[in-house]
Amino acid sequence: MSDIPEHCPGTQSETAGKVSACQGCPNQSICSSGKANLPDPAIALVAVKLSTVKRKYLVLSGKGGVGKSTVSTLLARAFASNEEANVGLLDIDICGPSVPRIMGCEGEVVHQSGSGWSPVYVEDNLSVMSVGFLLDSPKSAVIWRGPRKNGLIKQFLTEVDWGTSLDALVVDTPPGTSDEHLSISTYLSKSNIDGAIIVTTPQDVALLDVRKEIDFCRKTKIPIVGVVENMSVFICPKCSHQVELFPKTSGGGEGLAKECDIPFLGRIPIDPNLAKTCDEGINFITSYPDSPTTVFMIDLAKKLA
Amino acid sequence: MVADNLLSEVKNIVLVLSGKGGVGKSTVAVQLALSLVADGKKVGILDIDICGPSIPQMFGIDSEVMQSDKGWKPVYTDDSKTLALMSIAFLLRSRNDAVVWRGPKKNSMIKQFVSTVDWGSLDYLIVDTPPGTSDEHMSVIESLAGFDNKSAVLVTTPQLISVGDVRREATFCEKTGIRVLGIVENMSGFVCPNCKDCTDIFAAGGGQLLATETGLDLITKIPIDPNLTKSGENGTNFVKAFQDSPAAQSVFRMRDYVQNKMS
Repeated sequence: MSDIPEHCPGTQSETAGKVSACQGCPNQSICSSGKANLPDPAIALVAVKLSTVKRKYLVLSGKGGVGKSTVSTLLARAFASNEEANVGLLDIDICGPSVPRIMGCEGEVVHQSGSGWSPVYVEDNLSVMSVGFLLDSPKSAVIWRGPRKNGLIKQFLTEVDWGTSLDALVVDTPPGTSDEHLSISTYLSKSNIDGAIIVTTPQDVALLDVRKEIDFCRKTKIPIVGVVENMSVFICPKCSHQVELFPKTSGGGEGLAKECDIPFLGRIPIDPNLAKTCDEGINFITSYPDSPTTVFMIDLAKKLA
Repeated sequence: MVADNLLSEVKNIVLVLSGKGGVGKSTVAVQLALSLVADGKKVGILDIDICGPSIPQMFGIDSEVMQSDKGWKPVYTDDSKTLALMSIAFLLRSRNDAVVWRGPKKNSMIKQFVSTVDWGSLDYLIVDTPPGTSDEHMSVIESLAGFDNKSAVLVTTPQLISVGDVRREATFCEKTGIRVLGIVENMSGFVCPNCKDCTDIFAAGGGQLLATETGLDLITKIPIDPNLTKSGENGTNFVKAFQDSPAAQSVFRMRDYVQNKMS
């Protein structure tokens, strides 16, 4: 994988094998012959590999920093609060992996075994995989163009040994509608994705990007579970006064759901405790069992199980 | 470089970078631009976030790009032509269309932006970027390789989770040889309008921690201000309308710092 030239145009692109960056690449003749443009055989391999996974959900948002990783980790923890269930959490944000810190397993490394990469277990029934576990240090930057990111996502889907079977696999994604998203939707195209959970914040500038993500799901035929609105209101811990920090000028997440004719799943209020548990890698669900956010996530996990 | 031609009358380029999404890169880019305009400068903003462009929305502008004999004409925010914008959103048919492009297409779009936009004479060109350290970032830095007077500002929130990603962005700048002016901490604390109690909603101290670790300056801390968020929704000129607010004061500190360092 490390042999991919930095300027590789992508093996599936129209210019594959034909641009100057391809000079000297050992795969140039394969690319220029067009053979690389056939459906990737890995798609079938992924389908076999994930055939024992009961439920597969993607957490998506066109916008960054709206709380995709927060929702992904809460959902995974909520699934795992049922001790009978085996849960996997896959982080495909290659350039900005946040899951290791939120799950409190930063600095862990992935072990290679005969059956593939062993994910990191944070509970007996909850395992995590992220590029964060493959880096030398937390400050290492993954300065990769698309094709290399694509290669790693393929490896994540085909080579991670999730154990005997998973009841749920939650996939956390980076913002945007580009390489990572195309890769995951392509590789999972024969694996029956149960649906995408779309995360947004209330402002129009976020909704604008999130609409693009909904358009992406429709174009790539990923079913949509619904919309979660994060950072809805802030309740002052001192005087209980409610403030809209990110005021909605139009209908917020609920308005978006109505407009796009998809279900509105609910709201997560701004809670400094939630931000703090994410920074410190603490399990919010068990630490604040009565919080409205916990009740909402447990309820959502039950519906999606 | 192809870029030299149309950028020959641009004096300074400031890249607004952050490894993390949603920390306020576009907000910082816009406020930096508006505060420079308030100081009598001619400014351009180039939005290279291809999949999630926010700049046009923040100015409430939905316009189309025109061709001139020299290249693409940027979109001006008003008749004074002191603030010019370019974004992929000006090239899309509908605001809801997703740009589902892999890297190589994004790269050629960015190269086109750098080489064919006719900015005219500018004191500052501010480049707003998407989160991450990938195609867009490498492409813009390659395209600007022939332009000497360029630097970056890193944006973070106080959370450790954001600091982690921005640290990676600092490594990126180091590896690609981009000078970093310093760190801007956004969303630093919120003062309740009812009881005036300050809550550190997204924790505290992240910017300082990052500054200490990287040896960079913490330029300013911009507090959470619902008026600032609203300005980004309806196109209000925040630094003009709320110039006495702590958030605007903090933006002015950033402007002065950037001008000092770049001159």
